[in-house]
Amino acid sequence: MEFLSDIASLINSTLRISTPLVFAAMAGIFAERSGVIDFSLEGKMLMAAFVAAVGSYYLGNPWLGLLLAIIVCVCLSMLHGFASVTHKGDQVVSCVAINILIIGLTTALAAAWFGQAGLTPTLNEEQRFLEINLPFADSVRDIPIIGTLYSDILSGHYVFVYLAYLSVPIVFWIVFKTSFGLRLRAVGENPSAVDTAGINVFAMRYKALAVNGVLIAFAGAHLSTAVNANFFREMSAGRGYLALAAMIFGKWHPKTALIACLLFGFTDALQIRLQGVELPAIGEIPVQLIQAIPYILTVVLLAGFVGKAIAPNAIGQPYIKER
Amino acid sequence: MSNIVVDKSKVPWWVSNVIVPLVNLTLALLVSGLFIFIAGENPIEAVKLIIFGSFGYIQGFAYTLYYTTNFIFTGLAFAVAFHCRLFNIGGEGQAYIGGLGVFLVAINLSFLPIPIVWLLSICGAFLFGAAWAYIPAYLQSKRGSHVVITTIMFNFIASSLMIFLLVDVIRDTNQMAPHTVKLPEAIWLPSFEAFSGILGIKIRYSPLNLTFLLAIASLFFVWFLVWKTKWGYEMRAVGHNTQAAIYAGISPHKNIIIAMCISGGLAGLLGVNEILGVSHKIQAGFPAGYGFTGIAVALMGRNHPIGILPAAFLFGILYQGGSEVTFEMPNITRYMFVAVQGLIILFSGALENLFRPQIESFFVRRLNKEVNA
Repeated sequence: MEFLSDIASLINSTLRISTPLVFAAMAGIFAERSGVIDFSLEGKMLMAAFVAAVGSYYLGNPWLGLLLAIIVCVCLSMLHGFASVTHKGDQVVSCVAINILIIGLTTALAAAWFGQAGLTPTLNEEQRFLEINLPFADSVRDIPIIGTLYSDILSGHYVFVYLAYLSVPIVFWIVFKTSFGLRLRAVGENPSAVDTAGINVFAMRYKALAVNGVLIAFAGAHLSTAVNANFFREMSAGRGYLALAAMIFGKWHPKTALIACLLFGFTDALQIRLQGVELPAIGEIPVQLIQAIPYILTVVLLAGFVGKAIAPNAIGQPYIKER
Repeated sequence: MSNIVVDKSKVPWWVSNVIVPLVNLTLALLVSGLFIFIAGENPIEAVKLIIFGSFGYIQGFAYTLYYTTNFIFTGLAFAVAFHCRLFNIGGEGQAYIGGLGVFLVAINLSFLPIPIVWLLSICGAFLFGAAWAYIPAYLQSKRGSHVVITTIMFNFIASSLMIFLLVDVIRDTNQMAPHTVKLPEAIWLPSFEAFSGILGIKIRYSPLNLTFLLAIASLFFVWFLVWKTKWGYEMRAVGHNTQAAIYAGISPHKNIIIAMCISGGLAGLLGVNEILGVSHKIQAGFPAGYGFTGIAVALMGRNHPIGILPAAFLFGILYQGGSEVTFEMPNITRYMFVAVQGLIILFSGALENLFRPQIESFFVRRLNKEVNA
């Protein structure tokens, strides 16, 4: 039975840890399917975490904090669009600029406003999201297997966890089943053909970036107003890049990207459990090595040892309308 | 959307290479001033402090040049890879590993006579940095994994690896903090104090050391390599148009590897300044963001050594003057200057075309008038 509850708690933490990755990967799918590279997921996630934490602290309601985070992230996405779609600047440079700007700005403002070394004040229960216990979770816990599945795995998560997994079929439906999605994919594959069909390439890319900003805001708010009760310096810790790698590994497709995110989440959950544990035959693995596992896994997955990823055809190229 | 069409051949070089970058820099600094205001301090006072801190006294100026040294290395590192259209964001990790190279060579060969141990240590830094860049380069050219993500991941991995080594393998066992023993004093690079005595100036301490000259030499090295050798030509050809380069018989694979390894090696040289020149031991996290600053330096310097030198100097001023600001203004931390770097990358990199057409056409019209009159 103890083994079973170990597994249950591992799955539970996998779902929780994967949540920001899932939001970020879905955000990445919108931007990159439209032909705009988005390495700035990392910076936007960090900004969302900061704005959500500060917003909830002052406004007293985590939903208002989330709303502010959405507004700010959409603005950052628009900035990326302004530089790389309108002014045809280099998309990677624009993302690097946003990431470095946000790392500096969030920490500097947290220090200036709250006087602590890059921390925001701890949020109380009113100001943050709490775990949701699904109905009857306590009463069915004792039923074997189904009880564990329902009470220990499905129940007791933050609202973002449910929203993240709900977003995957919605993103799939939008990208592959609606005319908006068809145009989105076409703009990323062959913008001049789309232009010929009378659709505004620039407007499509801006719309995709707006959706991207909304989605990534959820990832940041999850970090600072749900799993943690404050913002701290560089708290996104590379998750934006991991999500991007998951998206590439998932071939720019919501379902396979979800699987890759869960894989990252699982290795992360596993590494937390492995710390300080003596493994048979190997002994204790150094904690630094264990912590590096998600990053090493990213490199290995991206190296395409599990299949080659083919990016949208027009990715990274600014669209130049012929005169 | 700007619809101004400018005949590129009529634009004088100083307009595109001096005026436009200066306008972009001014914009970045104006927005930075706004941020300082939001943080609750007076931007004009901050500028005064920056100028005093970096030029106002000889020790401050020595610090400015010490930071400049680091930024020349990391700026050149980014620029070399960029000429092959590769974004080496991994300067931070390559510098970290380069520091390991310098230390291992210096501590094990410290019995050798002085210039030889220096030269070998410099080679050690270059090779270790290059080796750390080799893997992302290989994965980019052979497996198509995007170099931005892999180099970022290699920064994280380098950090984990170095902390593991510093805690468990090469830590000075007499100390609790994770750093190594000091190198023997005989092989330290001579610092600016030693020279200042000759010049008749007396200062207590400065981190500026002989590595500054190595940085200046690296500027010439990169200029020669990229613009005057066959390698450099092939590298730029691959960067400009990979298909055309292949058609001309140039191997993209080989050039991606060469460009990234030289880039990583240059970033690794930061370790010479920090370890052989200043702290004489490896401390956890010694690259302290210099690798990322290199991106801003290179983009501001338009990826050319002649531009990188003033850009590195400007960032030296910002760093040294910035530490003066953080000392005097409680609301400003050094992270504010990280944000300033981001703004400079934004305005001189991604938004470099924001006002370029307007500025260029303005000057073209004015010059035409002079010709006609």
